[in-house]
Amino acid sequence: MNIHEYQGKEILRNYGVAVPNGKVAFSPDEAVKVAKELGSNITVVKAQIHAGGRGKAGGVKVAKNLDEVRAYAKDLLGKILVTQQTGPQGKEVKRLYIEEGCEIKKEYYISFILDRSTSRITVMGSAEGGMEIEEVAEKSPEKIFKEVIDPITGLLPFQARRLAFNMEIPPKLVNQAAKLMIGLYTAFVEKDASILEINPLVLTEDDKIMALDAKFNFDANALYRHPDIVELRDFDEEDPKEIQASKYDLNYVSLDGNIGCLVNGAGLAMATMDTISYYGGSPANFLDVGGGANTEKVTEAFKIILSDPNVKGIFVNIFGGIMKCDVIAEGVVAAAKQIGLNVPLVVRLEGTNSALGKEILNKSGLNIIGTTSMAEGAQKIIELVR
Amino acid sequence: MAIYVNKDTKVIVQGITGETALFHTKQMLEYGTKIVAGVTPGKGGQVIEGVPVFNTVAEAKAATGANASVIFVPAPFAADAIMEAVEAELEFTCCITEHIPVLDMVKVKRFMEGKKTRLLGPNCPGLVTAEECKIGIMPGYILKKGHVGLVSRSGTLTYEAVLQLSDAGIGQTTAVGIGGDPVNGTNFVDVLKEFNEDPETYAVVMIGEIGGTAEEEAAAWIKENMKKPVVGFIAGQTAPPGKRMGHAGAIISGGKGTAAEKVKAMNDAGIEIAPTPSVIGETLIKVLKEKGLYEKCKTH
Repeated sequence: MNIHEYQGKEILRNYGVAVPNGKVAFSPDEAVKVAKELGSNITVVKAQIHAGGRGKAGGVKVAKNLDEVRAYAKDLLGKILVTQQTGPQGKEVKRLYIEEGCEIKKEYYISFILDRSTSRITVMGSAEGGMEIEEVAEKSPEKIFKEVIDPITGLLPFQARRLAFNMEIPPKLVNQAAKLMIGLYTAFVEKDASILEINPLVLTEDDKIMALDAKFNFDANALYRHPDIVELRDFDEEDPKEIQASKYDLNYVSLDGNIGCLVNGAGLAMATMDTISYYGGSPANFLDVGGGANTEKVTEAFKIILSDPNVKGIFVNIFGGIMKCDVIAEGVVAAAKQIGLNVPLVVRLEGTNSALGKEILNKSGLNIIGTTSMAEGAQKIIELVR
Repeated sequence: MAIYVNKDTKVIVQGITGETALFHTKQMLEYGTKIVAGVTPGKGGQVIEGVPVFNTVAEAKAATGANASVIFVPAPFAADAIMEAVEAELEFTCCITEHIPVLDMVKVKRFMEGKKTRLLGPNCPGLVTAEECKIGIMPGYILKKGHVGLVSRSGTLTYEAVLQLSDAGIGQTTAVGIGGDPVNGTNFVDVLKEFNEDPETYAVVMIGEIGGTAEEEAAAWIKENMKKPVVGFIAGQTAPPGKRMGHAGAIISGGKGTAAEKVKAMNDAGIEIAPTPSVIGETLIKVLKEKGLYEKCKTH
């Protein structure tokens, strides 16, 4: 789960990490009010969307007076911001972060993330902060420094100092930087983050090390123990179909094709999309019903698939292990009857209780086309949507 | 022979009194797996499906001589269950539970350092040694005894590949689902090493998916060490790039992890890649014929 920059900075403040003063605003009037309160010479107006690359895309403006704050706020609110990370459709700006400006002497990069190869949280830092960090990592990987963190001890002060020295932070400020890094790590662990990225981390003219941005991503599997984080979720930033899916614990990603897919297991779901594409079709979605699906979940999955107006046919591909085929079959029948299915439906059931499942489909009296393999099923549904 | 588990493996079911665990305990017993004990704290003394239930893993092991376990405990308590199995020095434990918080698994991995237990999973379907022992949730009836080993990150795709082999008369030694979580106990390379040493296994099917670099690491290991032919498939070749925030993910993976990268690394290691999941069986048969192994692998 992602949150906004202003929410991330609020969390960081609670962990003693230095961030500039600022507040969220939902209208130009609010923006001006916040700027007045801040009373700084320079005020930064920052678009709040769940994607990086905002600066380059014109989503961050520097205002020299309150009139400029109002003008930038008017301009940004309601604007569709297209950045390298939003995709071509962009994202509408509905919130702004109004922040006091600071005089920047130098920009650094720092992030915390799981390193799969060591199964440890790793902190990465670089003196080359700013917009081009991925290019730096690709062209001169020696400029990215890493410290692997033992979960028992946490980030140790000497590791934090070593990283700060490697990042060429001025020696007299290394302890300040190390303290900030340990604060970041503590926030990461206590809130079950999966990514915490500060780009840029800055050195100001008055010798302060500050987090000028904050990108948090949280482990969805750990949200049950963080009700405070769940409250920060912004539904405006998510696809309504994906929100509905998450309520029923369905793993759904909407795509732009016309064949709806309902599959169990992420690997098989991806392979089903691959197979449909291989035979010249185009999947409308990725949908993994997971291992513990029941009739209600399957019905809901069908409703979500059918709420996409592009869907011209549905392919159900189930290989039961933990999932029982009769449960899927009952869900398919219940959903089809409840919704009044009016697009072709191809169903392949294999694995646990498959015979029982096929019997339920046959007895339902519904127009369901059975198939015995993924390849055959993909070709049948492609034929039917043509 | 086969790998990790066989007809003599004695298994504890952790969380046996849950609905899913109970269903699969029955299925495992039907397959012939020696389920010798169950563990649910507070339910010790009961007998379920003829299996005695204990309060702790250590107690269950002492009373029954169990050397393995399978975990069906809910996600908030699963990491604890794994560490209990490790502390009891079981040789093998397999965690089926999905949705375990990543930081819980980081702790588990740290706890396991220097300990003897092999962990399979979490978020995995388990493993089956054909016609001997099934631990986990794979539909056992699709496996036929033979000479091909399978290892996969995806449960349902493993079933898909096994069924294709069985239908084509190619039996299997062991099918291992390593699970899709970023922090897990057993990786491709661990399983490949076992298959490489197993005299009954003549060839291996390896099924990967996008994300992480486990397939690239496996490909590098295969290139240097593998004595047996390997056929592969990578799921997610047409998946659109995910929505992302920030750059940390791209930096840590160093540009690896895409389907194209994985296919290239595997091709470079001499692994034949099936173009679609439906032809994994066909692709293996083609390679077996080229290597003169087809007749030896044709088991039924």
